[in-house]
Amino acid sequence: MQKSKQNPLLRMSHISKAFPGIQALQDVSIELLAGEVLALIGENGAGKSTLIKTLGGAIQPDRGQIEIDGVPTRIGSPLESQQHGIGIIYQEFNLIPFLTVRENLFLGRARHSLGVVNARRERDATRQLFERLGASIHPDTPVAALSIAEQQLVEIAKALATDVKIVVMDEPTATLTPREVDQLHRVVRELTSQGIGVVYVSHRLNEILELTDRVVVLRDGEVVGQQDIVSTNRRDLIELMVGRKIEDEFPKQNHPTGTVRLSVEGLNWSDKVVDVNFSVRSGEILGLTGLMGAGRTELARLIAGAEVPDAGQLLLDGRPVSFRSPRQAIRAGICLLTEDRKTQGLITHHSIQQNFSLPNLDQLSRAGLMNRRLEQQSLGDYRDSLHIKMVSGAQLAGQLSGGNQQKLVLAKWLQRNCRLMIVDEPTRGIDVGAKYEIYQLMNELVAGGIAILMISSELPEVLGMADRVLVMRQGRIAGEIESPQTATQQEIMELAAG
Amino acid sequence: METKPNHISWGRQFINDYGMIFVLLFLMLILSAVTIDQQRQIGAAAGQEVAAEINRNDSARNVLIATPEGKLDIEFAQSIQASLDQHHQLVATVQGGPREVNLALKEARKEGKTVNLIACTAASAKWGPVEDSQAVKIRPSSYRWPNFLMPDNLVTIAQRITVIAIIAIGMTMVIITAGIDLSVGSLIALSAVVTGVMIRDVFGGTDAGALGLWCSGLAGIGVCALVGLFTGLLIAAFRLPPFIVTLAMMLLIRGIANVLSDQRTIHEIPVSFDLLGKGYLFGIPISVWLMFALYGLAYFVMSRTTLGRQIYAVGGNEEAARLSGVRVKRILLIVYTVCGLLAGLGGVIVCSQLRSAKASYGMMDELTVIAAVVVGGTSLMGGQGKILGTLIGAFIIGVIQNGMNLIHMDDKTQMIVLGSVIVLAVLLDRIKKGEVSWKEIKSVFNH
Repeated sequence: MQKSKQNPLLRMSHISKAFPGIQALQDVSIELLAGEVLALIGENGAGKSTLIKTLGGAIQPDRGQIEIDGVPTRIGSPLESQQHGIGIIYQEFNLIPFLTVRENLFLGRARHSLGVVNARRERDATRQLFERLGASIHPDTPVAALSIAEQQLVEIAKALATDVKIVVMDEPTATLTPREVDQLHRVVRELTSQGIGVVYVSHRLNEILELTDRVVVLRDGEVVGQQDIVSTNRRDLIELMVGRKIEDEFPKQNHPTGTVRLSVEGLNWSDKVVDVNFSVRSGEILGLTGLMGAGRTELARLIAGAEVPDAGQLLLDGRPVSFRSPRQAIRAGICLLTEDRKTQGLITHHSIQQNFSLPNLDQLSRAGLMNRRLEQQSLGDYRDSLHIKMVSGAQLAGQLSGGNQQKLVLAKWLQRNCRLMIVDEPTRGIDVGAKYEIYQLMNELVAGGIAILMISSELPEVLGMADRVLVMRQGRIAGEIESPQTATQQEIMELAAG
Repeated sequence: METKPNHISWGRQFINDYGMIFVLLFLMLILSAVTIDQQRQIGAAAGQEVAAEINRNDSARNVLIATPEGKLDIEFAQSIQASLDQHHQLVATVQGGPREVNLALKEARKEGKTVNLIACTAASAKWGPVEDSQAVKIRPSSYRWPNFLMPDNLVTIAQRITVIAIIAIGMTMVIITAGIDLSVGSLIALSAVVTGVMIRDVFGGTDAGALGLWCSGLAGIGVCALVGLFTGLLIAAFRLPPFIVTLAMMLLIRGIANVLSDQRTIHEIPVSFDLLGKGYLFGIPISVWLMFALYGLAYFVMSRTTLGRQIYAVGGNEEAARLSGVRVKRILLIVYTVCGLLAGLGGVIVCSQLRSAKASYGMMDELTVIAAVVVGGTSLMGGQGKILGTLIGAFIIGVIQNGMNLIHMDDKTQMIVLGSVIVLAVLLDRIKKGEVSWKEIKSVFNH
């Protein structure tokens, strides 16, 4: 693991970067050895992204030095970054969906003779790359047909194809199911065994403890801790990130549950949702989990009117309802907090105020005329109660950090006074502090009599927050866990994988 | 908990939204500079001035008024006649040319009167030497002022751009929903032809009364609104791309207009129909009043109403809007109907301005309308844009066209200039919003 003791693969020393109003990085120094997995953790806004972008050549630091293999290096552009053997796997993939895996891999550097692409050579090279990763993806599959996890492998293969020495992964497992996470971890180990250094950015501490060798903790742009993974634990890391003691990661409160709020009977849609029956009571958090593609999100969309079921019935507070549009579901008191807040939950290039008011236009207007003062007042109330960090309502929603965006989505639905709130991956890509706040908020909501259907891939979260857990597999409810507090992740995985 | 009452500065916001107004002002400044010319008062105001000049001297003198034969010249003469005080005697008022002036002077001499002063307009003061007379010419004072900034010219600009600007309101809404409407040029023709045919065949041609004209105009507008609704249906119900649908509609409607008009120009329209296109109210054309009123209304709708919010939301992120309870399809129907309706109104105005209807009206106007919207700062990506920005955009185009006419630029050069200005204006808009970086420009030339 420590072949090149004298020269680390990468040394970033005393890096500082300021943006108008923020010191994003302050005298940050890190080292990455060949064959090592270095974890980079910190809350949103701690400076992880800035550091990665510095490596990627998208940002030039104000001060500090970068050495690669002991050679001082300037990374002036993404292209230079690539030429220095740095491969960055961003959360948003840079793949072209309608092209095949092979075409994506060789985009811009096709193997050709006299301008004619030599497909066979490319195909062979593609197979070899995937062999190195221990994966089998057919080179001629269109990228659009791949799962998220497979697309990620294509991204990694793309990096490998350019003779990469350093791989940076930004939240690689945020959208993966547990099984896919395992596979990714195998790939990471495969990379390190080939002498590649990996910088691994994640919010999921369990993974970090399991996978990485060393961890660097950033807070407010500074390195606040740097430890070997064997000499630390989950609680220490959280406290380092947050900068204070955390009592309990999942602040679950138990409330007496009320009457049945929603019952779902025989719901069917395409082959994604098959004969689903369940009910959720007011004051209850019902967890819903399963592997990716098990039909959880589709089920949520059916209940929220985003899709129209082929068969089945919904009873809301005992009365049969059927929704042809999200609007009807919203009017009936069902709100859906979507899994992807950037593309479905918010209009990121519109103002916070516009986003907040959008589902509530009827309440915030009179005879079709917006009541601006009421709008601002209502938003202001939620800003205070949910601690949304924002400058003003005129700010663009996309400028908020992930956690604050999620709070904004919550705020816009809370204003609607819904009876059933469906939250799909409510804490995805959100830092520990904001997660905790969202859990507390969910507690307050159920205490107020709302029913919550919580979809999540994060098993500790499901077990820690839900009153009951449903596990889906291939469109069906595969089983139910009555008392999550005493259940294990193993039990869920057995139900989910079948 | 920090509660900064910190708002994005008002000025910054204004520049972001309406920065193009500086481009407009800059253009106006340039055009003013290059069109400065000798100007004189005309009409009644000039008469007042000349009369005051004459009255300044108390000694009794004989006055002759000499003017050409224009309408304003008559006003000039009447105004002097009314304002001369009792010391001065009006010998004669001559309307015509130098010859008539000399005849009048001879006549006066015969009667034993000596003309001391001749009141002239700017034009008649230039007439050659008056025969055998010591009479002094009094003319309106002159001043230097840009032709571009003459009130008449400004009104002309507004009047010329009215049709484009009115249709651009609907186009802005459509583009904000991330759509486009290429059929508006053809709708101008359809509306004009429907209106013309109705006047000719239903309401008796040149004998048509006010009611008939109203009905015909509304029929033209109504047909176009229905076409817009149909376009919206194709786009909303079948999820067809707006570009393709409206491209097809553009051809289809132009064809229908040709069929309806039998490819002939309809002239059987009464003079009273001019009122909409050429009538004035308080010195400003009625169509211009209408344009400003519609902009006021549209600004209000887009910035203050739930409908406006939903239009922006649909263009910003259709799926997010739908999941937030916006009836996306209904919004699309509304904007395409409004766009069709306004194009119809534009067609009626054109029909009135030209007092005729023809299936070739509005050819290529859709492009000018889109240019006005884009120059006004509305993004073709949807979700963003300002109604008043479009008004500014329309005026930028109108001002450029007018300026080029004032300096007698030929048609070919006009096209080149207009095209360049559109590119520059859009580029400037992006630079202003900080969306253009030197690095990015350089990166085009890498590899």
